[in-house]
Amino acid sequence: MSKTDIWQGTLALMILKTLESLGPLHGYGIARRIEQTSGGLLSLNYGTLYPALLRLEQEGYIRSEWGSSENNRKAKFYELTRAGRKQVSRETSEWVTTTEILARFLSPKGEA
Amino acid sequence: MRRVRAWMLRVRDLFGGRPAEADFNAELESHLQLHIDDNLRAGMSPAEARRHASITLGGIEGVREAHRDRRRLPLIDVLRRDVRFASRQLRRSPGFAAAAILVLALGMASTVTILAFVDAALLRPLPYQQPTRLVDVTESVKQIPRDNLSYQDYLDWKRMNTVFAAFDAYTGSGFMMNTPSGARPVTAVRVTAGFFRTLGITPAIGRDFRDEEGQPGAAETVVLSHVAWQKYFGGQASILGQTITLDSAPHQVIGILPPQFEFAPAGTAEMWTPITTPRGCEQRRSCHNLYGVARLKDGVSIEAARAELVGIAARLEQQYPDSNRGQGAVVAPLSEVAAGNVRPALLLLLGGVVLLQVIACLNVSSLLLVRTDSRQRELAVRRAIGASRSRLAAQFTVEALVLVISGTALGLVAAWFVVPALVHLIPADLINRMPYLQSMDVSGRLIAGVAGIVTLSTLVLAVTPLVRLSRSDAIFSLAEGSRGSSGRTWRRLGARLVVVELIIAVVLLVGAGLLGRSAYRLMHAELGFEPTGLASIRLAAFGPRFEGHAAAVGLSRTIAEQVGRIPGVTAVGHTSVRPVSFNGNTTWIRIVGQPFNGEHNEVNYRQVSASYFETLKVQQIRGRRFADADDAAHPRVVMINQALQRRYFPNEDPIGQRIGNTGLTPDSIVEVVGVVADLREGGLDDEIWPAVYYPFNQDSDTSMALIVRTAVPPASILPALDSIIRGIDPNIGTMSPTTIEDYIDASPSAYMHRSTAWLVAAFAGAAWALGVIGLYGVLAYLVSQRTREIGVRLALGAERHTVAGMVVREAGKLAVAGVGVGMLLAVGIATLMRALLFSTAPWDAPTLAVVAVVLVCSALAASYVPARRAAAVNPIDALRAE
Repeated sequence: MSKTDIWQGTLALMILKTLESLGPLHGYGIARRIEQTSGGLLSLNYGTLYPALLRLEQEGYIRSEWGSSENNRKAKFYELTRAGRKQVSRETSEWVTTTEILARFLSPKGEA
Repeated sequence: MRRVRAWMLRVRDLFGGRPAEADFNAELESHLQLHIDDNLRAGMSPAEARRHASITLGGIEGVREAHRDRRRLPLIDVLRRDVRFASRQLRRSPGFAAAAILVLALGMASTVTILAFVDAALLRPLPYQQPTRLVDVTESVKQIPRDNLSYQDYLDWKRMNTVFAAFDAYTGSGFMMNTPSGARPVTAVRVTAGFFRTLGITPAIGRDFRDEEGQPGAAETVVLSHVAWQKYFGGQASILGQTITLDSAPHQVIGILPPQFEFAPAGTAEMWTPITTPRGCEQRRSCHNLYGVARLKDGVSIEAARAELVGIAARLEQQYPDSNRGQGAVVAPLSEVAAGNVRPALLLLLGGVVLLQVIACLNVSSLLLVRTDSRQRELAVRRAIGASRSRLAAQFTVEALVLVISGTALGLVAAWFVVPALVHLIPADLINRMPYLQSMDVSGRLIAGVAGIVTLSTLVLAVTPLVRLSRSDAIFSLAEGSRGSSGRTWRRLGARLVVVELIIAVVLLVGAGLLGRSAYRLMHAELGFEPTGLASIRLAAFGPRFEGHAAAVGLSRTIAEQVGRIPGVTAVGHTSVRPVSFNGNTTWIRIVGQPFNGEHNEVNYRQVSASYFETLKVQQIRGRRFADADDAAHPRVVMINQALQRRYFPNEDPIGQRIGNTGLTPDSIVEVVGVVADLREGGLDDEIWPAVYYPFNQDSDTSMALIVRTAVPPASILPALDSIIRGIDPNIGTMSPTTIEDYIDASPSAYMHRSTAWLVAAFAGAAWALGVIGLYGVLAYLVSQRTREIGVRLALGAERHTVAGMVVREAGKLAVAGVGVGMLLAVGIATLMRALLFSTAPWDAPTLAVVAVVLVCSALAASYVPARRAAAVNPIDALRAE
């Protein structure tokens, strides 16, 4: 599996999770936060974020609104919708299960 | 669900694209600004801050594009671009676009028009309950495959059969209805009581006939058609339950039919009455005047029903050898009978329009080919900069689609006007038999048909340039010089298309020529009388005053006397059925002194006045004509036609011979006193049947067809004729005043032949024009492709007329190929459709010759302009251009 394939699904979850923990945020802020959280392991082109944001918005998980940033710049803010909140918890648990299973497979000394 | 929502938003965005684009630009701008602010705070120089922000964002155009693709549907975006590009391409060559669209519109208009008729007449299910279970049930004899059913046979068939859930019968009829303003003729159908229930029709108001109302002696009832209800009773519901007088007998109105009710086999009737007491000859088993309609029991096939009815008919034939000899049975789907005899004509026309549509497509393809070649460089460039083949294919499809849809739209608009106009052209009494044409509608089937044609045409047009594209390697085409060689194979294909078009044109032209000659010969068929200067009107008298033989004869004399006084009238006669109507109203004769085995000698039977043959100027062959004195007080006499003499008195003198009915009952015996020339009683393309004429003064009736010869234009006396007859008595009604020439002109056979000839001629004209245009296109292309070669030839000393001759020769070659193959095909097809021809051979030499000459001449004409252009090539320019 190539890196980008995972990227599509995980990026959406990262965005949703970021919005869940930080509340309404603009695209730049989301990008910075994802980069920071990954501890610099992820170096992403910020631009790739926008189609993903658009898709989430089209699917109704987030909504957007123009507002002002902390230093008084005009910016478009994204926030979770109710459907988005549900989606975060559903995807998080799915993701946790998946990684657990994978971890068991990949760990050198298995349970059995 | 989420997916659908997203997709719909994307579709929506296709149409409101601008604000979203601007919004995203603003968002990107703000993103960069925020990033730059951060970078400045981190201590970068303004230039470095901006640079870093842009790099981290990634290529801004790439981001925009990714966002746009996600926002909209990329495929549709591309499609939209293609449509725009295609329209631009077409606008740039308006001549080509106009020609292509017009040609397609022509094909589409004619196809849709005929499809609309085919749909209404042949495809639309009959408007009854479960119409596919309804069948037409009639008797059958050798001469008439769908012969009338006798009432007595009907009763037996109904009793004996096990295959029909319901079985009823009907017969066309008419009444004189008493109104405050005198007697008015109304059209009617007499039906057995269960008729409407068999069809599954209930009246809109009131009820239909109860079974007991169809019993002998029952009180008379009537059901009105919606039209009659509006026309005679102002649409008042109070007419229900009231009594109206039809043929001087009271009838109670019990129901009114729904407005959309139609029953094509019986024409458009105004009133429906039940068959109660058998009328006239209906008590006799040999009296055939009904048609049957039945509903098959569930699970019974038409074949099974037919087999059983044929068995029943055979049993009746044994039981009643006198009356039922040779009387078989036929069972056919009602839908076939309802469409009637327009079926073959419509199918022929459908074939014609399909051909036309094919030519139209071929023509536009060949135009497209010419264009594809002139666009070689454009395509090569687009290939070279990376357009995939499928991308180019999509673009060609879109271009074809734009052409086809424009042509279709134009064609549909034309058809919208042409269809009602054509319906309008059909004579009234013919359209009465085709009620389904009066309610023509845009149906799903029609729409599907149009969609099918559009798809096929688009495919043909899209594939053409693609084939071309795959043949030549586009890259090499960048080099201009290769044009000549790649053009040659292509030219050959174009030439073949033109030959196909010419073949089709020849087939249609020959068809039109043959049908035209048939129609001409038909209109000049031997009538046996002098049709010019004759006026005619039908009349019927009712009421106690006209009962009995003496009253009818008195009426005949009064009419002859009063009508004879109209200025310009030179002779007055009457008959029971006008000439050139139909072979029918027959009787069975037996000749005294000739061997007889019970066979049915069916002959036309007419009651004519003493002056009838004189009035029509029918040639007397032998013996004498009727005299006014041939009346009840004198021995009974008849006259016969030559056909009867040929058949029954081939070697003897018919004068003085005696004829009777099959039983030779004494009161039926009559003496032949004269032979007249074969007066045409049937349609123009029917054969002459033997006929026997009875003198009205010995064999009278209260309805007759009056015919008068005039010294003035006959149409001018029709009003006087009508008012004088109605003035004799209020209980006399009149119908269908017309001149005999108009009557013949509008007769079904004349109309059918004439209209088919005209329609095929219209197609042929279109096909011919298309073929010639196609030929011109190919020649023009040939000259433009060979300009350089021509230049070289001229430079090397070729004569200009040799060069022009080369083009003309090419045209001649194509024309001769088209005409040759077309002729063979045309004769073959004409032989197959011989039934439509009237005393014209499928290989009619003058027709073939004229078509050949016309085509070769038009081919030469088509080559004129290209040939001149070739001859006018300036060798210096031609060579320098390369």
